[in-house]
Amino acid sequence: MLELDHVSKDYVRGGLLSRQRIQAVDDVSFRLESGQPEIFAIIGESGSGKSTLASMILNLVQPSMGHLRFEGTDLAGIRSKAERLKFMAQVQPIFQNPFEAFNPLKQLDHYLFMTARRFTAAKDDAAAMRCADEALVKVGLSLAEVRGRFPHELSGGQLQRIAVARALIPSPKLIIADEPVSMVDASLRMSIVNLFKTLRDDLCISIIYITHDLATAYYISDRIIIMRRGKVVEEGDAKTVLDNPQHAYSKQLKDAVLIPHISSPVHATKGKISHV
Amino acid sequence: MNDSASAAPVLSVKGLKAYYRTTYFGVNREVKAVDGVDFEVQRNEIYGLAGESSSGKTTLIKTIAAALKPPLEIVAGRVDFSFAPNILRMKSDDLDSLRWRHLSYIVQGSMSVFNPVRRIRQAFVDFAFRHINKPRAEFDKLVDAHLARVKLEPSVLNAYPHELSGGMRQRVTIALATICRPDFIIADEPTTALDVIVQKNVLDMIREIQREIGSSVLLVTHDLGVHAHLADRLGIMYAGRIVEEAPTEDLFRNPLHPYTAHLVSSLPRIGDAAPRKGLEGSPPSLAAPPEGCRFHPRCPLAMARCRTEVPPLITVKPGHRAACFAITR
Amino acid sequence: MFKALRDLLKTNLEFAIGAALISTILVIALLSFFSPYPPMDMYVTQLDLPPGWPHIFGTTSRGQDMFWLLSEAIRNTLVFGLCVAILSRVMALVVGLVSGYLGGRVDRVLMSINDTFIVIPLLPILVLFYFVLRDKLTMGWLAVIMALLGWAYDARLIRSIAISLRTREFTRTSVFSGMSTREILQREHLPYVLPVVFSTTLNNINWSIGLEVTLAVLGFTDINSPSIGGMIYWANQHTAMVAGIWWWIAFPVLFLMMVFIGLYLLAVSMNEYIDPRSRLSRMGGAS
Repeated sequence: MLELDHVSKDYVRGGLLSRQRIQAVDDVSFRLESGQPEIFAIIGESGSGKSTLASMILNLVQPSMGHLRFEGTDLAGIRSKAERLKFMAQVQPIFQNPFEAFNPLKQLDHYLFMTARRFTAAKDDAAAMRCADEALVKVGLSLAEVRGRFPHELSGGQLQRIAVARALIPSPKLIIADEPVSMVDASLRMSIVNLFKTLRDDLCISIIYITHDLATAYYISDRIIIMRRGKVVEEGDAKTVLDNPQHAYSKQLKDAVLIPHISSPVHATKGKISHV
Repeated sequence: MNDSASAAPVLSVKGLKAYYRTTYFGVNREVKAVDGVDFEVQRNEIYGLAGESSSGKTTLIKTIAAALKPPLEIVAGRVDFSFAPNILRMKSDDLDSLRWRHLSYIVQGSMSVFNPVRRIRQAFVDFAFRHINKPRAEFDKLVDAHLARVKLEPSVLNAYPHELSGGMRQRVTIALATICRPDFIIADEPTTALDVIVQKNVLDMIREIQREIGSSVLLVTHDLGVHAHLADRLGIMYAGRIVEEAPTEDLFRNPLHPYTAHLVSSLPRIGDAAPRKGLEGSPPSLAAPPEGCRFHPRCPLAMARCRTEVPPLITVKPGHRAACFAITR
Repeated sequence: MFKALRDLLKTNLEFAIGAALISTILVIALLSFFSPYPPMDMYVTQLDLPPGWPHIFGTTSRGQDMFWLLSEAIRNTLVFGLCVAILSRVMALVVGLVSGYLGGRVDRVLMSINDTFIVIPLLPILVLFYFVLRDKLTMGWLAVIMALLGWAYDARLIRSIAISLRTREFTRTSVFSGMSTREILQREHLPYVLPVVFSTTLNNINWSIGLEVTLAVLGFTDINSPSIGGMIYWANQHTAMVAGIWWWIAFPVLFLMMVFIGLYLLAVSMNEYIDPRSRLSRMGGAS
C-alpha cells in the first residue's frame, strides 16, 4: 500500500554568504502492505526527521531523492486537483496540537461537514450530518455533543477525538498520526491510544504512529523503526525491539524512559480500591 | 533525607484561594484556578506537584512567587516562606531583593529566559550580580566555578542563546537559577520541551545541584515519570485543589484517591502490554466547576455525599494525606 | 450584530462619542437630498449673511446657502472616501491574502508590484493627473486613481498576517478537509484579517478625504462639484478670512474635524471588539 524507496530529503539554509546543507531524512525505506492493517511506529527525538518524513508521506513536501508510492502511484506524480483529492481521501493526518488543529473562531462541526461534502457521496446538509454523526460515534462522541461548540469549550482529549473522527469521514486506508497524544492530558491519553487500536482492529485502517514516547509505542504498535538524525538505526517487530534493543542509541532511549517502579498494578473498582 | 521534620518548613501555604476575575464588555467571569490549597515544603526536599492542564498548578506557582497581575487576585489564604513571612503582602522593592537570592525559578521555555541579543554571560550579570556583592572580576570567577561544578563548559558563557541546543540552554538556566544558592527553587515543567535522553540529564543535574546546595525545590509538571524520578514527596492537584499528597514511592505503591489510582494504573510501561483504560469525561472548566468534590463526575466510587460536600484533605496515614469520602469514612 | 453594537454603545465611551459624531454627519449628508437649492447654482441668496435664520450657517460670497451647500459637500466627500476605501480594501485583501498564502514566485512578483506602488509619491502624481486630465478629472475618476495608489501599504500588513496563518495547523486541517485555496482564504483566514482591514478602512477614509481636501484647497480638483475642500478653496479665493466672513471657512473645517475624529474613535473602539483574541476572551476561551 505504502512504499518508501530510499527516500531522502535535505534542506539548504542560509543566504548567499553562508549556506548549510541539512540532511533531514537520509535513505529511509519501508513498506506497509494493503490488507494487513497495522500500527507502524516511528520513534525519534527532535531532529530525527520523523516530522519531515510524515510531511513527505502526506505529500506536503517532495523528497530530494527516492520515491514514495501509494497504491503503486508515485506521489510526485500527483498534480491535478482531482488526483490530490483522491489521494487525500485515502490518507489522512492527525496532528500534534489538538488546540490548534481547528480554527478557534469557527465551530467544530464546520470541518466535519466540509470533509463530508468533499469526500463522501453526501449531497446535502442532512447527509453530511449523518456522515459526521457516524464518524463521531466511532470515536465515542456524538454530533449532539459537538454541534455548535467552539474548540476552546472542549478538552484536548475530546478535540483530538474529533480530529480522528474528521480523519475517518473519507474512509481512509492510512492515517498518519504525528505525536497525537503528547499534548493531551495524562488521564485522557489512554483513551486516544486505545482508539487507535480500535481503528486497526475494527475498521482495518493502518496507522503510522509517530512519537518519542516509547511506552505508548510498545503498548499499541506492531512494527517500529527508530530514527536518529534522519537515518533508521533499528527496525523490526515492536515488542522484540523494545524489549531487547540492539543498537546503542535504542538502548540509550530505553534507559532514558522514566518509569515509576510499582510492585503491582493498581485498579480502582466500584466500591473499593484493590491490588490485582 | 535528613531529619527536617522538626525544623520549620521553607514554604507554608494555608487556605490559598486565587481567582481570575474578568469583565469584558459587560460579561463577568470568575475562574477559580486555586480554590483552597494547603501544603508545606520542608528544608532540603524536592516536592513535586502533579496536575494536568486546567488543574490550577500554573496559577499556584504564580501566586506562591507573588507574581500576581490583574485579573489574577488573591481571594483568601497566605503564603509564608522561611525567609519571607507573608510574601503576598510584601512591597515590590522587598520582593525584588528576595528574588534570585532566596527564591529562583527554572521555567519551561528556556529561550524566554534569555535576552536573545545578549550573550549568556550578560544574563548571569543581569540576574545575579546585584545579589552577590563582590567586584566584577570575582563575580566572573564565581560564575566559572559554578559552571564547572555543574559540568558545563565555560565557553557557553560567550555564546548567544540561539546558538545552544535546547538541553544545553536548560542546563544553563539551572546554573543561572542556582548561582546565588537560593533557599527555594520553583521548577515549572523544566523538561517538557526536551528530548527523552536530554531530559534525563537535565533531571539528574537538578538533583545533583539540589543535594549540593540544600535548597528546596517545588517541581511542577504533569509528567508522573519525572516525579517518580526526582520528587521526594508528591502532591496531586485536580481542578484547583490538592487531592492527595504522600512520599513518592508510597503514592505510586498505594494511591488512595481514585484519581491518583487511575493515573498510576494507566501509565503504559515497556514490557507490559496489558490493556489500560483512559478516564471518562474531561477535567472540569475552572469557571464552572462541579459542586462538592470536583472529581465526582468522573469517579468510579462517587457517592451521593460527594456531589454536595467538599471532602477535606486529611491525614489518612502518617505523611499521607488524601481528600476523598470513599477512603476516609 | 445589533446586540453587539448596543453592548458597545453602553460600555464604551469612545464608541458612543464616535457614533454620535458620525450619526450627526450622516444626518446632515442625507438632508442634502431635500435641499431647496440645486447644488451648482450660484447667487441664489443674499451675499455674505452671517449665521441666522433662515440661513443657519450663513451664506457665502457667491450667494450660496452654507447649510445646504455643506450638506451636499459632506455627502460628496463621504461617498468619495467610501469609494476609495472599498476599492482599495478589495485590492489589498486579494493581493495580501494570495501572496501570503501561496508564497514563492507569486509572492515575489506581487510584492515587487506592491513596493513600487508604495514608493510612488502621491501628491505630485495627483497634481500631474490633474494637469493632464483637467476637466475630465471628476470626483469619480479621482476616487479610482486614489484607490489604485492607496492599497499597497495595507496589502503588506495583510500579507504578514496571511503568512503566519499559513503555518498554523488549522490551515493544514482545512487542506485535508478538501477545501480549495479560495475557500480557505475566504472562510478560515478572513476573520483573522478583518480587524486589520477594518481599522485600515477607517484610516483610509480619513486619508483619502484629507488628500482630496488638500488637492481641492490648492485648486487641483473639479472645484465645481461641491466638496469640503472645494468650499475652502472658494473661501480662499474670495479672501473670506480677511473680509470677516469666518463662517465660510469655520463650518467646513469643523465638520471635517468631526468626520476625522468620529471615524478614528469608531475605528479604535470597534477594533478591540472585532480582534480575534479579545473575541476569544469574551467567549470564555484562551487563557
